[in-house]
Amino acid sequence: MSQNVYDRVKMNPKYKELVAKRSRFGWQLSFIMLAVYYSFILVIAFSPSTFAQKIGDGVTTLGIPIGLAVIVIAFILTGIYTKRANGEFDDLTHQIKEEARSQE
Amino acid sequence: MRGALLLLALCSTLFAADAQFSGRRDLNISAIAMFLVFVVATLGITYWAARRTKTAKDFYTAGGGITGFQNGLAIAGDYMSAASFLGISGLVYLKGFDGLIYSIGFLVGWPIILFLVAEQLRNLGKYTFSDVASYRLKQTPIRTLAASGSLATVALYLIAQMVGAGQLIQILFGLDYAYAVIMVGILMILYVTFGGMLATTWVQIIKAVLLLSGATFMAVMIMYKVGFSFESLFAKAVELKNSDAIMAPGGLVSDPISAISLGIALMFGTAGLPHILMRFFTVSDAKEARKSVFFATGFIGYFYILTFIIGFGAIVLLSGNPEYLDTVKGGIIGGGNMAAIHTSHAIGGNIFLGFISAVAFATILAVVSGLTLAGASAVSHDLYANVFARGRVDEMMEMKVSKYATIALGVVAIILGIIFEKQNIAFMVGLAFAIAASANFPILFLSMFWSKLTTRGAVIGGSLGLFTAIVLVVLSKAVWVDVLGNKQAIYAYGNPALFSVLMAFGAIWFFSITDKSEDAQKEIEAYEHQFIRSQTGIGAEGASSH
Repeated sequence: MSQNVYDRVKMNPKYKELVAKRSRFGWQLSFIMLAVYYSFILVIAFSPSTFAQKIGDGVTTLGIPIGLAVIVIAFILTGIYTKRANGEFDDLTHQIKEEARSQE
Repeated sequence: MRGALLLLALCSTLFAADAQFSGRRDLNISAIAMFLVFVVATLGITYWAARRTKTAKDFYTAGGGITGFQNGLAIAGDYMSAASFLGISGLVYLKGFDGLIYSIGFLVGWPIILFLVAEQLRNLGKYTFSDVASYRLKQTPIRTLAASGSLATVALYLIAQMVGAGQLIQILFGLDYAYAVIMVGILMILYVTFGGMLATTWVQIIKAVLLLSGATFMAVMIMYKVGFSFESLFAKAVELKNSDAIMAPGGLVSDPISAISLGIALMFGTAGLPHILMRFFTVSDAKEARKSVFFATGFIGYFYILTFIIGFGAIVLLSGNPEYLDTVKGGIIGGGNMAAIHTSHAIGGNIFLGFISAVAFATILAVVSGLTLAGASAVSHDLYANVFARGRVDEMMEMKVSKYATIALGVVAIILGIIFEKQNIAFMVGLAFAIAASANFPILFLSMFWSKLTTRGAVIGGSLGLFTAIVLVVLSKAVWVDVLGNKQAIYAYGNPALFSVLMAFGAIWFFSITDKSEDAQKEIEAYEHQFIRSQTGIGAEGASSH
């Protein structure tokens, strides 16, 4: 790949848009995941009795649906990222590549 | 495929010999039959894959033609080891809720891998993660360090798997420990040397499907027995345990430093495991790489929910059933790790026990194959082709070296597996994750995201991370007290990651920004070019080039 292609990509405003959007989105979702996980872990470390509370009259504790929800959230977040990246971000990438090539 | 026939003959003599000479254990005929079917099928796949594996690209990455869905299953297969199937369901059986904490820790690294590294890795790399780390830095020192980190991780993980395999097979099949280890070693050498990544991937996929369907069947049967109500499952378990401690956090995560440290080790460690990173090069582009993680996270998360149900099901089905209880030592026969195995017998008798045993064995085989391939690639692609021969090597020679490396690794794994039989190896997987998190991950991550990273910073920081992780593990309870027999651990926390990862990042930062050499300047200038490729895939190794 010639240096020119890289230079043209660099100058393309769509490239700047792609990088800005994707990295913001990636870091936002990472932050959500980390916040969810570390809140879960820190409740266990500092206040285990919170998760030991029973729901209603049964034996099921609050910790169990919350724990299972962390697993489900992890999966949903990967789905959200994959959907947007494979659609919007890939379309943008495709346009950037086409524009860099067409000027060859 | 004379090797396969030879091996089958060998297997049957081994089993026969064992039946003759050790009457002390029952041979599990249905388990052996189902396992042999798996071995024959996977050797068939290896034969098929061997005919399609012609170039180095085929060998290391299955030609880059694996789809996102297939790769997702294979990644899940790499991650759902026998240790996590038996270990986590066993932990839930013994401690209830704490088992869930553990599996969540193993899962949450995956979304982070997807959001921050997966597609960049695919766009920059070729065969190993060292390709990415050394993209704009000096080949020799960076590849040497990255390959050392890979080999250390692979070796520790491999020993833990081999010892686990030997012990498990001894219990499940009534086969002698040494024979079991040798058989696992031989099969994995066959898969990898002949079938390369293509065979390894398909072995992994088949095993993942078998494991997920077996575990699903178990969970559904357990839920059927309790009327598909979680509340009545938990209520029965609490009643049988005579305590509701299993429903709340116990002692697994006690102090916040250990909790955060474990979280960092699991999260960054996952993103630094060479056999997992290598899987990203088997797909054609960034799109498929993302799909891989999406499916992998789904399968792994689903699997952890199943193990949670199976653990509670084990409490309900095994407690008070004398058939599964060890009257001498207390608890269940074979210890907590056998909970899932006994539960399978309680659900489906000998046939289903045989199926789950065979799946557990298949799981071990698949995981060790993936590890061995990653280790062999570090030797042949990084150390031999790019460090020793400085890139001036033909592909055929490189592949030959990788096959010799596979055989050498297999032999070493067999020998170490036998040596470590009676050793306490609980620290090994933890150490593998700590090294992956403190040496491999910081270099990989900063090489992709920090323009000012220089060779000097990466080498010094990565080495210090590696060194700190090893020293802290040696000083922690797992080695200092449990292995070396000292009274009190010098390093008080369970996991070194918090300190060793900080040490690695800090040292990489400091020795990079103070590097004012001309080479460092060039490396910083090369970042922009690398970044454009990592973001757009321009110039990336394309899909199947043939």
